[in-house]
Amino acid sequence: MFRYRDLTIRQKQIVWAWIFLAIPVLFYTVIRFYPTGNAILISFQEWNLLGSRTWTGLDNYTKLVNDPVFWKVFANTFLYLLIGTPVSLLISFVIAYHLDKLRFGHSFIRMLYFLPFMTSAVAMAWVWRWFYQGVPIGLFNNFLAGMGIAQIEFLNSTTNALPAVLAPAIWAGLGFQIIIFMAGLRSIPQSYYEAARIDGVSWWTVLWEITLPLLRPTIVFIVVFSSIGFLRIFDHVFNMTTNNPGGPLNSTKPLVLMIYDTAFNSFDMGYAAAQTVVLFTILLLVSLLQLWLLRADR
Amino acid sequence: MRTKLKSMILAGAAAAALLPGAASAEVEIEYWQYFFDARVDAMEQLITSFEEANPDITVTMTHFPYADYRTKVAAAIPAGEGPDVVQLFYGWLNDYIDAGLIQPLPTDTFDPAVIDAEFFPMVGAMKKDGQYYALPTAVRSLALFYNERILEEAGVEPPTTLDELVEVALATTERDGAGNITQVGITSGMTAQDHHWFREVLIRQFGGEPYLDDYQTVNYDTEAGRAALDFYTALETEHGVTLSTFMDEPQAAFKAGRAAMHIDGSFRVGSLADQRGLRWGVTELPAAADGTQSNYSSYWVNAITSKAEGEKFDASVKFMQFITSDEAMQLWLDVVGELPAKPSVGMTDENSNDEVFGPFIRGLAYAHTTTFANESSQRQVLVDMVSRINIGDQDAGESLTEAAAAEQVILDEYYAD
Repeated sequence: MFRYRDLTIRQKQIVWAWIFLAIPVLFYTVIRFYPTGNAILISFQEWNLLGSRTWTGLDNYTKLVNDPVFWKVFANTFLYLLIGTPVSLLISFVIAYHLDKLRFGHSFIRMLYFLPFMTSAVAMAWVWRWFYQGVPIGLFNNFLAGMGIAQIEFLNSTTNALPAVLAPAIWAGLGFQIIIFMAGLRSIPQSYYEAARIDGVSWWTVLWEITLPLLRPTIVFIVVFSSIGFLRIFDHVFNMTTNNPGGPLNSTKPLVLMIYDTAFNSFDMGYAAAQTVVLFTILLLVSLLQLWLLRADR
Repeated sequence: MRTKLKSMILAGAAAAALLPGAASAEVEIEYWQYFFDARVDAMEQLITSFEEANPDITVTMTHFPYADYRTKVAAAIPAGEGPDVVQLFYGWLNDYIDAGLIQPLPTDTFDPAVIDAEFFPMVGAMKKDGQYYALPTAVRSLALFYNERILEEAGVEPPTTLDELVEVALATTERDGAGNITQVGITSGMTAQDHHWFREVLIRQFGGEPYLDDYQTVNYDTEAGRAALDFYTALETEHGVTLSTFMDEPQAAFKAGRAAMHIDGSFRVGSLADQRGLRWGVTELPAAADGTQSNYSSYWVNAITSKAEGEKFDASVKFMQFITSDEAMQLWLDVVGELPAKPSVGMTDENSNDEVFGPFIRGLAYAHTTTFANESSQRQVLVDMVSRINIGDQDAGESLTEAAAAEQVILDEYYAD
């Protein structure tokens, strides 16, 4: 018969460890693993949320591969990533680098940069949406018209819409990235800089040979974090294009919006689940890449 | 057992909420609709008078925000957790019938022949195999809103034909020195109500028939369809009296007094009525040159779910009878501003000559109801059709052909099984 007091100290520790672990394990099983498994299952079925589920094999995936909208959306998703990540990284580094050197009003300015990160994405998206409108209500176009310059179609254009939607998303994430960069900059020992100053090396060499290499873990973290964020972009796009979600002509539609649309407008749960599995795979690969990069760093 | 316990708790809660009637509350049924102030208000009044007439029945109303409504209903009814009587958009009904989630209305109390004779003809879409599955309390149609001040200043009368519509729009459009539109003659945007105007009104007015085979075959890639599309796109490209992106949303432009005319549904009346400083009027949608009139009508229906059995079913039938009665329709018009579903109520002299509701009610007489497989996807097809022409520089004919093909794919997929 199993009796607790017969166990060795080590075994008791293991028992207690599992008792404490049971809560997160249970939580993750119910909240994460079960729905994930279920979604993968549904991706092989046809289901409109009302009737019964029927097996369709790989039909949903075949449909996905042959759907031109999916490839357009796939390309958009990576455009968000490939433009958003480097641009936000560069801007946040430049700001953090100079803010770090600033003494006067440091906390206040840092707070100002952090403010957009705490603002609701929905409210922000709507304000920017109105900024982008044409005359007579759009801020930017009113300004252009006032200067006698032709209006720019920000959102109603297949080429301008994606960058226009991306801009507030980048701006919103800056505050967080600046804070992380500043923490990274502060953790670089001052002695390296002092040694460099004694040797009389240039500003550029200090940046290139000391600051950036020592910031590498910070940069990897921000790159991965913001990559996942841009791959999952939804609220900015959805709120800035609610009348024509992801439009015009799907030019701003990211994968998550397509999933939402398929699931909750078309009620084609199987197809939506297949798209979700694809997104999940992409995110998984990005995360694995992160682990690999961090390990290579050691 | 669990559901029994749950319904007991619910019944208890309902009884507690209605103390005076609690003693006699024997059957309790649940009613669901989406949240819209006036609708909830009207339904509360209806429930109160229903309960007075039927002291042994208690009706509990639950409502959700519109954005969640469809998902909530779709998740709850199959799980047997939902309402006994539910409000659904007419376009969703087929899915619910196919999944066996709603019951046909008993023919002894809801005689199909009587309903055919008494209700507006578009309600016939709710009939399957000789039985009605659902009935509306109210219906909606389109009309032309106009800004009285702008029309007076331009010295023009509200248009009655499409040609006059263009003339009035030309007379009321304003531009700044650089040629940017600052006030549109008419609002436009396939994302709003224009896709209904195009589908059921313009195509028919140019001599076409938008769909064949009970809305299963797209039929607008025709001469008539092309003429309708050309008329529609010319408003922006040739006449320059509108801009689909103007002030973000058509209704916003009209509400702000920056649009002379605006096509919208009867449900817009409520929000315009509260707008201070805006003097507006309503008139029937403009007729074609040959006098052809058409309109689009949609409606929300009430249906009894498969969850209602035995005495709950009987109570639900009584409740359905009550909320589709003439008095209920009049109350719905007075409180919500939605149009009665029966000509006998709608076409009374008082209602059809009403300054605001008259044009909508008169429009019902010649209205068509599109049977959508997926309204938002089918709307998207027309949105993209116009976008391709306006910002993609595609030829109108090619774009129309592409749109017709894309919509046919949606219909084929839906009707495949």
